[in-house]
Amino acid sequence: MAGIPHDHYEPKTGGEKWLHSRLPIVGLMYDTLMIPTPKNLNWMWIWGIVLTFCLVLQIVTGIVLAMHYTPHVDQAFASVEHIMRNVNGGYMLRYLHANGASLFFVAVYAHIFRGLYYGSYKAPREITWIIGMIIYLAMMATAFMGYVLPWGQMSFWGATVITGLFGAIPGVGDMLQTWLLGGPAVDNATLNRFFSLHYLLPFVIAGLVAVHIWAFHTTGNNNPTGVEVRRTSKEDAAKDTVPFWPYFVMKDLFALGVIMIVFWAIVGFMPNYLGHPDNYIEANPLATPAHIVPEWYFLPFYAILRAFTADVWAVQLVSFVTGGIVDAKFFGVAAMFGAIIVMALAPWLDTSSVRSGRYRPMFKWWFALLVVDFFVLMWVGARDTEFPHDWISLIASAYWFAYFLIILPLLGVIEKPLPRPATIEEDFDSHYPAKDKSAGTVPAPAE
Amino acid sequence: MLKTLSLATVSAVALATGAFAAGDAGHTEDFAFSYEGPFGTYDQNQLQRGLKIYTELCSACHGLKFVPLRTLADEGGPALPEDQMKAYAAAFPINDELSNPQLFDRDLEEYRTLLPTDNFPALETAGAPDLSLMAKARAGFHGPLGTGINQFVKGIGGAEYIASVLTGYTGEEKEEAGTIFYENTAFPGGWIAMAPPLYGEDVEFNDGHSNDLHSEAEDVAAFLRWTAEPHQDARKRTGFVGVFFLIILTVLLYLSNKRIWAKIKRKD
Repeated sequence: MAGIPHDHYEPKTGGEKWLHSRLPIVGLMYDTLMIPTPKNLNWMWIWGIVLTFCLVLQIVTGIVLAMHYTPHVDQAFASVEHIMRNVNGGYMLRYLHANGASLFFVAVYAHIFRGLYYGSYKAPREITWIIGMIIYLAMMATAFMGYVLPWGQMSFWGATVITGLFGAIPGVGDMLQTWLLGGPAVDNATLNRFFSLHYLLPFVIAGLVAVHIWAFHTTGNNNPTGVEVRRTSKEDAAKDTVPFWPYFVMKDLFALGVIMIVFWAIVGFMPNYLGHPDNYIEANPLATPAHIVPEWYFLPFYAILRAFTADVWAVQLVSFVTGGIVDAKFFGVAAMFGAIIVMALAPWLDTSSVRSGRYRPMFKWWFALLVVDFFVLMWVGARDTEFPHDWISLIASAYWFAYFLIILPLLGVIEKPLPRPATIEEDFDSHYPAKDKSAGTVPAPAE
Repeated sequence: MLKTLSLATVSAVALATGAFAAGDAGHTEDFAFSYEGPFGTYDQNQLQRGLKIYTELCSACHGLKFVPLRTLADEGGPALPEDQMKAYAAAFPINDELSNPQLFDRDLEEYRTLLPTDNFPALETAGAPDLSLMAKARAGFHGPLGTGINQFVKGIGGAEYIASVLTGYTGEEKEEAGTIFYENTAFPGGWIAMAPPLYGEDVEFNDGHSNDLHSEAEDVAAFLRWTAEPHQDARKRTGFVGVFFLIILTVLLYLSNKRIWAKIKRKD
């Protein structure tokens, strides 16, 4: 296997040799844990561990919740209340699981934007990036179906709206929607299959995570300079890296500790802050809520979905050209999925030869605007569609696409990058100078 | 008669929800409840007063179908003593054909309740919503501008909303499609189908606690907050203990991390 040269596991005792020649599992664990990791990683490189923790937290709390939950339209809501009232510690399990989903998305967005800024998606890490995007899509599907399970008003109407998106696809839409729902409308069949898939998908995600880690353990981690670890020899590699254990395990655990304090405080003191009150009303197919709002982590893409109404000239143009096959509804759906697809295509849209945003003076500002844009979309996604919200969502959506489709390809051509350090060691030493060197540069005090 | 009444109420509720869609949010007064903030706990006496108000007034129309009766004796709730708990539960007929239909079990050769439950009865025939979760199903505070800052500072405000509705009647009435609506400053849309349920001095408390309208509304809202979130006190304790130990763990991790990296960073 290609990779950064380092010492591999050597079985020493007879027993170790016996096992190693039959199943090299200890070697696999050793090599995974002792992987040489760039020593200049900053605090934005902690989110991977946080995400792994979230996945485990969600699976563990979810399995116990499933022991007490009833996936039936007449009993689902009551069974959640049974968990909240009668199951020992059930209220903590459920609040940990519900807020755990929010933490999961906070971490995944931080992780994705880290990758976008430091160019982690660029060659040779495209596969890692693409698998990451698939994990993100699987997370959204899992979170969406999980939100339906309590069978509250937002569960029901959110499911109705989102599955309706598939109905907007020309030709096969209606068929596809019926197939997804297991009937003409959101009902018991929908709830049952969502429960089944909500239980399945986390394990699919776990498998994808293993592949994600495998991929970047092959290419090596990116780092804030975007300069690759020297692979010329084991000695050179050792100057740029430290083993993952214990250096980054400890650092990541400390960061996880800080995040856990905040998370635990939210679960303990304000567990419903990120939820919607309407989901404490049992689902009622006869009463539509005044405002159907998705969970906060879907809002940026929900805003893009709603931005493209029939009043927008681009929508009218496409509708005219396609002879009305692509209407405003389908345009919105395509835009929403397109927003994620353009992000997934970033490795091929970014033409710059410089990996890290740290050395790209113009890119920095456009990237900062993208982050602002993301929060604007998140905010406007929860507002009504009256003026000026319609214009804000349209401009913000347009910028999202412009960033990936116009700015990234163009910047590589017109931007003049700043000088980069030759090695990771050089970058690290500029932050933590060697003692003997610094002693030499400080002038001796006059007697 | 009952059918006509329920139809009228359903249409009234539908009309009222239609008004909500117009986006005219009511005004919610910020009541000061004992359970607010990270360390706030329920006031047991207040919950018992609220239970009394619910039992004597609200329960005529509104059910609490998700709340088990036995939890009235729980710590962190009204915590009724055993004799009072038994007396309270004895008031509910368990073989009431109307609220709990029965079925003849051939194996046991006796009548069994169709929906075995130890909860408060479900009462929805009058179109009055179940109150078990009302204090979590409504938001009293919003914004500003969709930022959620008010909810962060004041809380979501479900109980405040309930108390504000109970005290928000102006005395104005209007009739629409055979239903009387009452003007209410807290209810979204401004007109509610529920007649004023409290006027003040509706119940007497043994300890002579104040029973004016404002105080009654506050007491019953606190009780409904408890029915919606019965384990709140325990949850906050868990939160506090968890945060405390996580801080200790994190400090230790910080020191370990610093020590491990000292040599790499040439700080030893």
